[in-house]
Amino acid sequence: MLRLDCITKVFGGLTALDNVSFSVGEGSITGIIGPNGAGKTTLFNIITGFYAQTHGDVYLGSQNISFFDTEKLAGLGLVRTFQNIELFGEMTVLENVMVGLHTKSKSGILSCSFKLPGHVKEEKYIRHKGQEWLKFTGMTELADIKAANLPFGKGRLLEISRALATEPKIILMDEPAAGLNSRETADLAVLIRRIRESGVTVVIVEHDMDLVMDVCDTIVVFNVGKKLAEGTPREIQENPQVISAYLGEDYAA
Amino acid sequence: MKKNNRQTVIFIIFAAAVLVAPFFLKGNYLLNVLIFVGINTMLAVGLNLLLGYAGQISLGHAAFFGMGAYISGIITSRFGVDPFLIMMLSALLSGLLAFAIGFPILKLKGHYLAMATLGFGIIMYILFNETVDWTGGPSGLSGIPNLKVGSVVFDNDWNNYYLVWIFTLAVMLLSINLTRSRIGRALRAIHDSEVAARVMGVNAGVLKVQIFTVSAVFSALAGSLYAHVMTFISPASFGFNFSVELLTMIVIGGLGSIYGSFLGAAILTMLPEFLRVFQDFDIIVYGLMLILMTMFMPGGLVSGLESAMQFVMTKIRGKEE
Repeated sequence: MLRLDCITKVFGGLTALDNVSFSVGEGSITGIIGPNGAGKTTLFNIITGFYAQTHGDVYLGSQNISFFDTEKLAGLGLVRTFQNIELFGEMTVLENVMVGLHTKSKSGILSCSFKLPGHVKEEKYIRHKGQEWLKFTGMTELADIKAANLPFGKGRLLEISRALATEPKIILMDEPAAGLNSRETADLAVLIRRIRESGVTVVIVEHDMDLVMDVCDTIVVFNVGKKLAEGTPREIQENPQVISAYLGEDYAA
Repeated sequence: MKKNNRQTVIFIIFAAAVLVAPFFLKGNYLLNVLIFVGINTMLAVGLNLLLGYAGQISLGHAAFFGMGAYISGIITSRFGVDPFLIMMLSALLSGLLAFAIGFPILKLKGHYLAMATLGFGIIMYILFNETVDWTGGPSGLSGIPNLKVGSVVFDNDWNNYYLVWIFTLAVMLLSINLTRSRIGRALRAIHDSEVAARVMGVNAGVLKVQIFTVSAVFSALAGSLYAHVMTFISPASFGFNFSVELLTMIVIGGLGSIYGSFLGAAILTMLPEFLRVFQDFDIIVYGLMLILMTMFMPGGLVSGLESAMQFVMTKIRGKEE
């Protein structure tokens, strides 16, 4: 589904990512873990077109999406969420999700200004679909609330709802559990599984090891810009290198 | 669905009020003032689409207003071409210019965008002043013909009022529709988080240029109407001060509100009529108003009044209980 081929990223003289390769299987939940500064978020930024890699290629399916503009990726089925939630704060919860349906509609400025029939039909579809996604994530009651007024946990949930509305093949989540309480984290684990069951491949960068070990099929471990290990949660917990670099004795199996 | 109906009703009431107003103002100089309220509303709505919705500032919008006015003014006063045709031409040319400069300029953000648009405004202002052979330079361009439809000549306040306001209402309606669509949501998304908007597949770069173009077209239309209503134009109407005045209109009326644009335009157009003492110091008054508004009513009058209403309503309800 997603394949990274020898990705290297150099910032000035600093090598943030060094020859990283791995692939994400279709329908899997893949976790990316590692200490701060290991290059996890940099990797997300390269995949989603915010940074250009120094070397290497990114493939989505069989398509080479290296150097694609960010805005082109949603239409190809790749979407992400952010570590520091990036909501459209002045818009309502429902409107946020409706923006997620942007690529599912195509009326232009003229069609929208003159309320041409095609646009009116599309608008109905967008609203209906948006409401469906809110139902999926259990946010229906909050539909008319301004996004900026949501409590943090609900904001996270909205960001995921909005990303799902793009009907992605693969969703990248950057630390989805950061700032959530244990109840919310448990709900998140359930939601991540439901997303996978709906046929979407999931990749998460996460520091919450309980969550990662619980939901992920495959885990990729990073350390100082290099891939340290890759395997099932069990393999990772038994890997002495990972234990010494990141996990510590607590998680040793 | 319900909300849509409410919007339609509000617009119909507004349009009806606009269309019957002249019957109560016959022979009143206020009718003349309201013509300019209409022209300024068109300009304010255009700028609000750009700044209030997409969050992109322009300190040079008077330039597009001037461009519309001069293209219409020069061509119709020299050659007897149909003014409506030239009006469309000036809107088209202004749109093309906006589109062309939009791509490099709108890549800039914040203060840099403000500086670039300011520079554009100043360049155009100098052009209006210095191309004396065409524009008449600082002493202005006179002898611009009035518009004509069949035997109706738009040479009095009554006719001009309807001429201008039919265009203004059309611009308002189109803008209301636009803001309540996927394009409007995408613009507001860019405003709130351009990064997230792009992840959602919104082509922020292109959309910003498109809305800048729409905004310029509305301004040019207003300019053409202005030229034909006044029959005389001079660069002083299209300078930096007027760009700031436009900005003040939408900040006072309400960023991101079409009716707010009207309210702001109405206040700033009529205020000088009532406060003649301030005439020479108008820019100071605008500056003060801008500061006070951003301090105490950052959402503008429309949302300010809304929250004031809500506050009063909850007080009343509280008393009942």
